Amino acid sequence: MRDSGKRAEGGRSSTVSLTVNGSGHDLTLDNRTTLLDALREHLALTGSKKGCDQGACGACTVLVDGRRVVSCLMLAAQCDGREVTTIEGLSPDGVLHPVQEAFVRHDGLQCGYCTPGQVMSAVALLAEGRAGSDQEIREFMSGNVCRCGAYPNIVAAIREVAACDAAV
Amino acid sequence: MRPFEYIRADDVASAVGLVSSDPKAHYLAGGTTQIDLMLKDGVLEPERLVDITRLPLRGIRRHGDVLHVGALVTMEELAADVTVTEQLPLVREALLGGASTQLRNMATIGGNLLQRTRCRYFRDPTVLSCNKRSPGSGCAAISGAARMHAILGASMHCIAVHASDLCVPLVALDAVAHIQGVGAQRRIPLADLYVLPGDRPDVENVLQHGELLTTIEIPLLPAGTRSGYLKIRDRSSYEFALTSAAVALAIDDGVITHPRVAFGGVGTIPWRSPEAEAVLRGASVNTQTFRAAADAAIHDTFTVTGTAFKVELAKRTLVRILQTLTEAG
Ligand SMILES: Cc1cc2nc3c(=O)[nH]c(=O)nc-3n(C[C@H](O)[C@H](O)[C@H](O)COP(=O)(O)OP(=O)(O)OC[C@H]3O[C@@H](n4cnc5c(N)ncnc54)[C@H](O)[C@@H]3O)c2cc1C
Ligand code: SF4
Ligand code: FES
Ligand code: FES
Repeated sequence: MRDSGKRAEGGRSSTVSLTVNGSGHDLTLDNRTTLLDALREHLALTGSKKGCDQGACGACTVLVDGRRVVSCLMLAAQCDGREVTTIEGLSPDGVLHPVQEAFVRHDGLQCGYCTPGQVMSAVALLAEGRAGSDQEIREFMSGNVCRCGAYPNIVAAIREVAACDAAV
Repeated sequence: MRPFEYIRADDVASAVGLVSSDPKAHYLAGGTTQIDLMLKDGVLEPERLVDITRLPLRGIRRHGDVLHVGALVTMEELAADVTVTEQLPLVREALLGGASTQLRNMATIGGNLLQRTRCRYFRDPTVLSCNKRSPGSGCAAISGAARMHAILGASMHCIAVHASDLCVPLVALDAVAHIQGVGAQRRIPLADLYVLPGDRPDVENVLQHGELLTTIEIPLLPAGTRSGYLKIRDRSSYEFALTSAAVALAIDDGVITHPRVAFGGVGTIPWRSPEAEAVLRGASVNTQTFRAAADAAIHDTFTVTGTAFKVELAKRTLVRILQTLTEAG
């Protein structure tokens, strides 16, 4: 077993190497720690939000090896050796990502709690090539729930970035 | 939430050994059922979790007219596969109609087939009556909120639905599961993997503890076959089925041939309907035929107040998808 050497303390915790937004971290975590809690509680990256904590709302959406996932239903230990991108990683130099700019321009939020998840999901959606129509955007953004009902403006923001991408 | 040991397996034999040798060990694939039931609901309490996501079971390969799908292929990966896209629309539609993109990036095919019921009473350990969780304790859903529950294969003992969308087309297509035990392999037609709850709803399938699902074989449909998956639900996306139907058929001179029919959202197991297929086979394409097939399929139901509407809804679901598939040129 390749990783048996990594188990410690009676097997209740594991050493986990994560690359988060480009920087490496070696953490010793209780095996029960989700990726979301590792980000928020251990790495102080509180941009990813905890809404339902059960996979149902999308507020905790991050990218793992470029693919969007819900970090509340993933053990941090499962991400050993993986690359994680959070909302903080989209604007490393303080310059907003085009999707973030579009959300601001279109007022794609009210309370803002779902927004980091919406933005991460939208970034992935664009990379997946699934922003071809409003209907397609709605369908493939359905994993991100917004209690404030900002959906029309979220769709408008994504539509605009998709149109710019297409024009390039 | 109890502490547990986490072990990442990197070959199939050691994974099977680690779980088979320990009654308190569970497999962890995408985790979208397993982590939910362990960490969040407190329904499962394994002492050892064997992470199988890095096992080399991620390939999708075509052997003649059969697609071999590794158990750790994700739902998104299978939906994007060229063969699935071109030849198995019913499988692609069932995959993309399930959960969300985030969950489909995590969830594996093996985990999807072995996901646990979404019955809210099963998932809440503070509810004392649940025969599936505590055999002999009764069933809270019978007199509770049962809108998402089953009407076929159900009884006073348990009305929990098998919630997988993917399983519906897979049983219709006669998919076969490859199972690896300690030193032994077997092949089980998917339809025989699941067992009706009867008076033992805690027993959901024929697998022994520690047996690993490694591959699923999906027979391809002959050229000229029309197929699709229709899912009816309370919101238009990101929701489990109230009712669903997977259908494949061909039309020869106005007559239906090679019909395959299965239902989701209504059965305690993925529900193949040989009765509907018998009505459709050789019959002409018209709404009376479709309605007769639906009546034949949805019979001997067990309903409670919350599920009674599903009898008619399931029938209309089948009629609607048959109309759609036979109308298209
Ligand atoms: C919010 C939400 C919405 C959802 N909506 C839908 C929906 O609309 N339609 C739908 O079909 N599903 C839906 N699901 C369920 C989801 O598809 C399943 O949870 C998922 O497919 C399970 O796969 P996994 O890889 O995450 O499995 P895990 O959670 O890791 O495992 C599930 C179970 O199978 C066992 N297991 C896993 N792989 C193997 C294997 N290879 N061999 C033996 N045992 C194994 C595990 O021990 C566990 O008991 C939804 C889930 C959530 C959380
Ligand atoms: S329907 Fe089945 S799973 Fe749900 S409470 Fe009744 S016995 Fe438990
Ligand atoms: S917090 Fe993860 S999906 Fe809601
Ligand atoms: S902006 Fe408030 S939840 Fe979406």
